[in-house]
Amino acid sequence: MSGPVPGPVSRASGPAPAARRELPAPAEDAGADPISATGLAVGYEGRSIVAGIDVTVRPQTSLALVGTNGSGKSTLLKTIVGLARPVAGSMTVFGKQPGSLPRRIAYLSQFHASGFALPLRAVEVVRMARYPELGLLGRMSSEDHDLVAAAMRTMGVDRFADQALRSLSGGQQQRVYLAQVLARRADLVVLDEPTAGLDAGAREIYLEAFAAELIRGAALVTATHDIEEAAEYDQVMLLARRVVALGPGREVLTPDALLETFGMFVRGSGPHGRFIVVDRGGREVDPREHIDPAD
Amino acid sequence: MLRALAAGILVSISCSIVGTFVVLRGLAFIGDALAHGVLPGVAVAILIGIPGMVGAALGALVMIGGVSLVQARSRLSSDTAIGLLFVGMLALGVVIVSRSSTFSGDLIRILFGELLGVSAEDLILQAAVTVGVAAVAFVCARPFLLLCFDPEQAQVAGFPARAYHVVMLLLVAATVIVSFQSVGTLLVFGMLLAPAGAGALIAGRIGAMMAWGIAFGAIATYLGLLLSYHLDTAAGATVVLVAVAIFFVVLLVQNVRARATMPKVVA
Repeated sequence: MSGPVPGPVSRASGPAPAARRELPAPAEDAGADPISATGLAVGYEGRSIVAGIDVTVRPQTSLALVGTNGSGKSTLLKTIVGLARPVAGSMTVFGKQPGSLPRRIAYLSQFHASGFALPLRAVEVVRMARYPELGLLGRMSSEDHDLVAAAMRTMGVDRFADQALRSLSGGQQQRVYLAQVLARRADLVVLDEPTAGLDAGAREIYLEAFAAELIRGAALVTATHDIEEAAEYDQVMLLARRVVALGPGREVLTPDALLETFGMFVRGSGPHGRFIVVDRGGREVDPREHIDPAD
Repeated sequence: MLRALAAGILVSISCSIVGTFVVLRGLAFIGDALAHGVLPGVAVAILIGIPGMVGAALGALVMIGGVSLVQARSRLSSDTAIGLLFVGMLALGVVIVSRSSTFSGDLIRILFGELLGVSAEDLILQAAVTVGVAAVAFVCARPFLLLCFDPEQAQVAGFPARAYHVVMLLLVAATVIVSFQSVGTLLVFGMLLAPAGAGALIAGRIGAMMAWGIAFGAIATYLGLLLSYHLDTAAGATVVLVAVAIFFVVLLVQNVRARATMPKVVA
């Protein structure tokens, strides 16, 4: 790829321009960080997958989780959105228990249970983003409709709006799901493998759209295999059933740390470091296809 | 006959509303289990002389509670939990009924219903429950849709997935209970699945799927009653048979049309 990735780029430190904060946080938890975890262990049924997580995600900053399948990325994301309970330690989301502020959080899971079989039009899937605001019976306002339409335009799926979701390709469906996340207008956006199934063009659209989410005022947490994307994040957490490293992308994504995370050698090339992952024989490999032998 | 038609149409309405969610959420097995799980409750009710519906309601609650308990306390998958409760409750029902002097008559009445013997009171109760089921489904439409789409999304969006799942099961139970007198516990399951399933084949929206389900259910009731009158067959079973036949006709027509519109591929 030529030129820098237009991803969720690191911004200069210091106070954000006032114009960036379009959505002031509600008074009761104003000032609380989107995510604050201390000594956190995540897992299922009391069994820890990753322990000793200490991380703070501030407003308008991004955190990428990088690791193999089974490294604990998805479990950490599920803990952030309240779908899994912390096994040990503590975590707050905007100063509250995870899962208690649904109106401020958007979440894209890795797999959708049965969305593909439903008789739903694409636009109806994106409208679901407004349900936390609307509750059981609230009517969609013109502003809600505008948000839905804008999100679909941003992800380039407005022309599919009235088509059945099940008639769309996997990549098109993924863009509809990403449009749903945008239409939520959340203060914390949590994405699990958002580029899965996206072609190069759609990936660029995604990167621009979610960089704009950061500028709008949201914090962003993404689990990804895309090391180039991760390198642009404010913080990167390398996971291999433990926290291998945590820090700014450029500092954390070193060949040694990636070797420890993926069990492979990694070579960076060029001043902006297009990351190439190679196996011990020097062959280039796609980390998305690499599965942790411990699984 | 008119009363039977009215009862059948009411069954179609509540079964199509609830059946839509049963089909979309893949709850067919627990729907089947609930339909049979009410058997011991009905049997006990008949033996001790209380209304069958009260017994059916208790049977359904035991079924839902039992499945939830097995799932919560073991690592077994839900279909194992449902299967165990289903067979256990069915066996218990038959054991209880076998103590009755009119064993086979009672059992057949419970399993297959008496569409032609529906009373005016039954009809009023059925209408009331149908309105109630429709009202709850309307109020819970958003969380139900999210549950069908992805239970995790429902939870993250602030609609407790487990609670709404139980509400959905209670709607299935209410539909089964109120319908068993007309079409029986065995056949109500057919009315839950067949019209909504046929609707799912052709509808592009969930509301349309329900509407098609109600239409197919009503047609099946009318045709089924007509056929059973002329052929002298069991009314409830004939209605359900027509409903299932409609499903397969819709499937066939859809496949033929899809094949006809498919672009020809030159090898």
